[in-house]
Amino acid sequence: MSSNIVSRHGTDLRGDEIVRYTLKERMCHWIAGVSYLYLFATGLALFTPYLYWIAYVLGGGPTIRFWHPWVGLVFFGSIMWMHSMWKGEMKTTEQDRRWDKTIKAYVTNHDEVVAPAGHFNHGQKQFYWAMFWGSLVLVITGVLMWFPELVSGHQGNAVGHALMPVIVFLHCAAALVTIGAFMIHVYMGIFFVSGGLHGILWGRVPVAWVRAHHPLWLEQAQRENRVVSSTSFKQGADD
Amino acid sequence: MSNGLMEVKQISGHRGGTPGSGVSRDYDVCKLVDTTTCIGCKACEVACLEWNGYDFRETTFDNTYQTMPDTAWNFWNLIRFNEVTHDDGTVSWLMRKDQCMHCADPGCLTACPADGAIVQYQNGIVDFNQANCIGCQYCVTGCPFNIPKFNNATKKVYKCTLCSDRVGAGLEPACIKSCPTGCLHFGSKEDMLNLAHNRVDQLKANTSYKNAGIYDPDGVGGTHVVYVLHDATNPEQYGGLPSNPTVPFFVKMWKGPLKWLGGIAMGLGVAALFGHYVRYGPKPVDEATEQGRAK
Repeated sequence: MSSNIVSRHGTDLRGDEIVRYTLKERMCHWIAGVSYLYLFATGLALFTPYLYWIAYVLGGGPTIRFWHPWVGLVFFGSIMWMHSMWKGEMKTTEQDRRWDKTIKAYVTNHDEVVAPAGHFNHGQKQFYWAMFWGSLVLVITGVLMWFPELVSGHQGNAVGHALMPVIVFLHCAAALVTIGAFMIHVYMGIFFVSGGLHGILWGRVPVAWVRAHHPLWLEQAQRENRVVSSTSFKQGADD
Repeated sequence: MSNGLMEVKQISGHRGGTPGSGVSRDYDVCKLVDTTTCIGCKACEVACLEWNGYDFRETTFDNTYQTMPDTAWNFWNLIRFNEVTHDDGTVSWLMRKDQCMHCADPGCLTACPADGAIVQYQNGIVDFNQANCIGCQYCVTGCPFNIPKFNNATKKVYKCTLCSDRVGAGLEPACIKSCPTGCLHFGSKEDMLNLAHNRVDQLKANTSYKNAGIYDPDGVGGTHVVYVLHDATNPEQYGGLPSNPTVPFFVKMWKGPLKWLGGIAMGLGVAALFGHYVRYGPKPVDEATEQGRAK
């Protein structure tokens, strides 16, 4: 077959490209992303009266009160799925500690002096763990807030009644931490790192992009023969 | 009732100007519950159900004189029964009419995120507007008396309205009207406190209740339901009446500093990211970068 497209892991590659995220990883990311956006918007509506208008836009207060916990379960499920795929890659390495020392250069676009990163750089790993631990706190406190009568419904249940405000406070505080991380993530993915959004949408990234942003991962991919070079089409190479 | 109706216009037999002219006498309303004369007849429970249109429900017999374990979404007024054995071996049967206390500083209202779901009127009544309630039950979290109750079918929260509909029409609340012993009184907060003080003085002078006192807790800014207790030093013995109720600390933190600090942090965060984009722009992927790597 003389097609110019090689399909791997649900991802179409043309010349000098490589699979950064498999179809499964992309699906998981976007289920998490879209559900988080809904939780972010509806959560803010309940967080402050100045943003309660979001509740009206999304169907009214009772509607968002109904859906927020269910979508929360979807989000938590997607984070667990993601964890099963990525937890190995998210461990901090010696290379990450070197990358940390050059973070200022990374932020100010002096990439030529930034310590080389693997498949995920340390900033991405830290974002991952912020969302992972954040979602754990959010799901535990969230389920208790879903059914507060289980915690503090009856007079005489003094412990439950004293605990409930702490639970709500923690939910709010954890949400704010994830919102901070999320804002940085969206900024970097869409605006700061050109090509990043392309990668998480369609899974493929150019070799030059990988060399610039994740050189250690490129070396690994080359060792494992996963780069589809433009010459490979002539040889009719495929999976 | 309109407050204007109760403003003094003129008074009889008074020389010169009219004192208190233009000032409302019955500006706020208050229930006084004298636990020392309550006989636990439950007429107020029945009157509450009848006026508010709720069906009578099965009672739970637990070998006491209490109708059921707790108030419910459709049972707002409960006489709590407690048998207390004193140090000298004597026994008291304490009856306390439990209902919303209509706090001056209402924790339910502080905690509520829904626009207009909880209303505090100038006359002191704290009322739930179920049309705006979203059923999140944050009010349950904010209430130090554990009063708001959730209806799982309507997904709304309900509690005693202090008969805001009756009071608005110039009537006393249904529970007050039904009380046969006169242990329930209704009027302005000032009048009810005067009445309560007289009763406490009477108890101290003529009975062995030397710790008799008024329950009008400062922690929630005072309440528009006030008790006369035989022993005001130990309100807990009346079935979970907290001695120092307050809006929970973490509710204040969540609705206070966390809310505005979080808001400021989000605003500054967006500004900082925008500033960063204008200053540095997107990361280049070009020859120079790649050559830098190669070195």
